Amino acid sequence: MTESATAPRYAPGTHPDLPPPRRTTGVAGWMYKNLFSSPLNIALTVIGAFVLYSIVPPMLEWAFLKSIWTAESRVECWDKMEVPEEAACWAFIKGRLNIFIYGFYPEAERWRVNVSFVLLIFAVLPVLYDRLPQRKRWFWYVAAFPFLAGWLLVGGFGLTPVDTDQFGGFMLTLIIGVTGISFSLPIGIALALGRTSDLPALRILCVLFIEFIRGVPLIALLFVASTMLNYFLPPGTTFDLLMRVLIMVTLFSAAYIAEVVRGGLQGIPKGQVEAADSLGLPYWKAQRLIVLPQALKISIPGIVNTFIGLYKDTTLVLIIGMLDPLGIGNASLADAVWAGLAREVYLFIAVFFFLCCFGMSRYSLYLERKLHTGHEEI
Amino acid sequence: MKTTTSATAGAIALALGLAGSAQAGTLEDVQARGVLNCVVSTGVAGFAYPDDAGKWHGFDVDFCRATAAAVLGDPEAIKAVTSTGKTRFTKLNAGEGDVLWRNTTITFSRDVGVKLRFHGVNYYDGQGFMVPKSLGISSAKELDGASVCIQTGTTTELNLADYFHSNGMKYEAVTIETNNEARQNYLAGRCDVYTTDASGLASTRSTFTDPENHVVLPEIISKEPLGPATRHGDDQWSDIVTWVLNATVTAEEKGVTSANVDDMMANSKDPEVLRLLGVEGNQGSELGLSADWAYNIIKSVGNYGEIFERNIGVNTPIGLARGLNALWTDGGLQYSPPFR
Repeated sequence: MTESATAPRYAPGTHPDLPPPRRTTGVAGWMYKNLFSSPLNIALTVIGAFVLYSIVPPMLEWAFLKSIWTAESRVECWDKMEVPEEAACWAFIKGRLNIFIYGFYPEAERWRVNVSFVLLIFAVLPVLYDRLPQRKRWFWYVAAFPFLAGWLLVGGFGLTPVDTDQFGGFMLTLIIGVTGISFSLPIGIALALGRTSDLPALRILCVLFIEFIRGVPLIALLFVASTMLNYFLPPGTTFDLLMRVLIMVTLFSAAYIAEVVRGGLQGIPKGQVEAADSLGLPYWKAQRLIVLPQALKISIPGIVNTFIGLYKDTTLVLIIGMLDPLGIGNASLADAVWAGLAREVYLFIAVFFFLCCFGMSRYSLYLERKLHTGHEEI
Repeated sequence: MKTTTSATAGAIALALGLAGSAQAGTLEDVQARGVLNCVVSTGVAGFAYPDDAGKWHGFDVDFCRATAAAVLGDPEAIKAVTSTGKTRFTKLNAGEGDVLWRNTTITFSRDVGVKLRFHGVNYYDGQGFMVPKSLGISSAKELDGASVCIQTGTTTELNLADYFHSNGMKYEAVTIETNNEARQNYLAGRCDVYTTDASGLASTRSTFTDPENHVVLPEIISKEPLGPATRHGDDQWSDIVTWVLNATVTAEEKGVTSANVDDMMANSKDPEVLRLLGVEGNQGSELGLSADWAYNIIKSVGNYGEIFERNIGVNTPIGLARGLNALWTDGGLQYSPPFR
C-alpha cells in the first residue's frame, strides 16, 4: 500500500511510457537476443568464445606484441626473442620491401613506377566516382593513361629503356591485374553482344572463342604463352613475355566476362528491346541507351567476381618464372640470411591481396546500391 | 606412313636448320648486346637468390658472372632470366637465355631428348636423408616403416621408392610441394625423415633453430651431377662455357686465387698457369675471346674453391663440406682437362 501512496498519479492517458523490459535493450539485451537465447546458442557462444580466445591472443602476440622489426638477419631476429621463432620477424619484409614492390626494376628509375601509380589513381578516379567535376574531359586522360604508363614503365623516347623481365613484385601484379581488368570488360561486352547477335557467322565465331577459352585452364594458356609461342614464331624473334601474358590473361577473363554479361542480357525482358525497336532506335543506340545499362547493372556482382578471380590468378605467372610477390617471396626465402621465415612472407602477401580484393568487393556493393532503382526488394 | 615420316623428318630438319642458322653466333650476339643472359632458378638457397637490393647471388650465379667476365670482361654484365623447373629448357632453346647455370641434373634424356649440350659438372649432388638425432638412427638401412617427407613429381620420389624396395623396407610418403612446406612438416613431426638432394638438406637444416639436433645420414642414394647447358648448334659457344668451368677448376688446382692472380701472372714459372692466364700461347683468341679471359674470371670471381666456399662452403649458413666436389688430388671428383 505504501507504494501506491508515494507513486505519482496520472490522469488517464497521460502516463509516460514505461522503459522497455529489462533484457531487451542495451548490451545485456543484445547479448541475450544474439548470444544466449537458447541452450544451443549458449553452447555455440561458449565454444566460439573459446576458439577466439585460443586463436586471437597468440596471433596478436606473434604478429605484433613480440615481433621484431629491426634486424640484419634471421639469426639476429631470433636472438632478440626470448624463445627463437616464437614471434614474427618483420625485419625481413621491411628490408625487402623494395623488391616486393618493384621487383628488379633499376633503383635509379623507380620514380617512374611511383609516377605511374599516382597517374593510375587519377585514371581510376573518374571511372569509379561519377560526381567528379568535368568528368567527361577526364576520360580523354583515362584513354591516354595506358600509353602514358606503358611509356613510363618500359622507357624509350627519352627515358632509359627497362626490360619487362625486370618487372616484379606488387608492381607486376598491378600491371597484369589493371590491364586485364580494363581491357577484358569492353572485349567481354563485345563478345556477349556477338554471342546474342542475329548474325550467324559472328555468333558462331564468338561462341567458338568463348567456349575454347573457358574449356582451357589459365595455367595452360600461360604455358602456351611462355613456351609454345616460341616454337610457332620464326626463330630469333622474341616477343615480349609480359606482353604475351597480358594478352592471354585479358582474353581469358574476357571470355568469362562475356558469359556474365550474357546472363545480364538475358535478364532484360524482351519488351525492352521491342520498345526500343518501336521507337525506331537503331541497334547500337538501342543497346547503348536501353539494354546495356540495365544488363550491366544486374551483372555487376558477376563482373566484379570475375575481376577478383583474375586479380588473384595473376599469381599463376610464378609458374612460368615471372616473379610476382609470391615469386619474390620464394626467391627471398632462398637467401640463407633469411631462409625459414615462410610464415611472414605468406601472411604479408595474403594481407596485400585481401586488401585489394576486399576493396573491389566493397566498391561493387556501393555501385549496386547507387544504381538501385527500386525494381526489386532488397 | 613412310612419306609422312620423311616429310616430318624433313620439316624437323628444316626447322633445326633455321634455328641453327639464326643462333650460330651466340658469342657475337652476347658481345653486341653487352649483357650475358643466364637462365637461373627462381630461388635455391646458396645457388641462386636475390639479396635485399634485388641483386642476384649464389653458386650458379657466380659461374654466370665468371662466364660474363670471360666473354665481356665485366662480371656484372649479366641478366638473370629466372625460370622454373618446367620452363628452363624452353627459355634456353628459344634463345631467351644464352647459357643455363641452374642446378640442373645432367641426364640422358635432357642431353639427347631435349637437345642440350652439357659442359661438365660444377656440383656433384645426390639424394640423402635427414632425421632428428632423437630417433637414434645412424643409417638409412634402419628407416623401415618411417614416414618420409618427399616432394611430388621429382626424381627424388622415384629414387626413394627404388631404394626402399631394393632394401625390402616399407615407408609412408608424406607428399609436399615445396622446400618450405617440407621444413614446416618435418619440424612439426608429421614426418620422421626428410629426403631431397644433400645440398638441399643442408640448406634446410641451416634454417632450423637447433640444427645440431638433426643429422644427414651417410647414405647417398642417387647421382645428381649438376652442370651448365647450352643449345645445340653453336660449338664455339659450347667450348667457351666448357672452358670457363675448367678454368676455375684448373686455377684452384694450380693455386691461383683472386688474391694472388696478379703475382702469379708476373712471377709464375708453371707453363700451364702462364697459358691459362694468357701470358703464353694464344688460347684466348682460339676461343674467340681476349687473351686475359681466364685472368678476368679469377680476378673478379675467383677459382672453383673460392666460389664454393663463398656461397655454400662450411663457413656459410649452408655449411656444405667439399666432399665429392673436392679436387681429384684431394679425393674428390673435380678434375679439369689440361690447358695445353
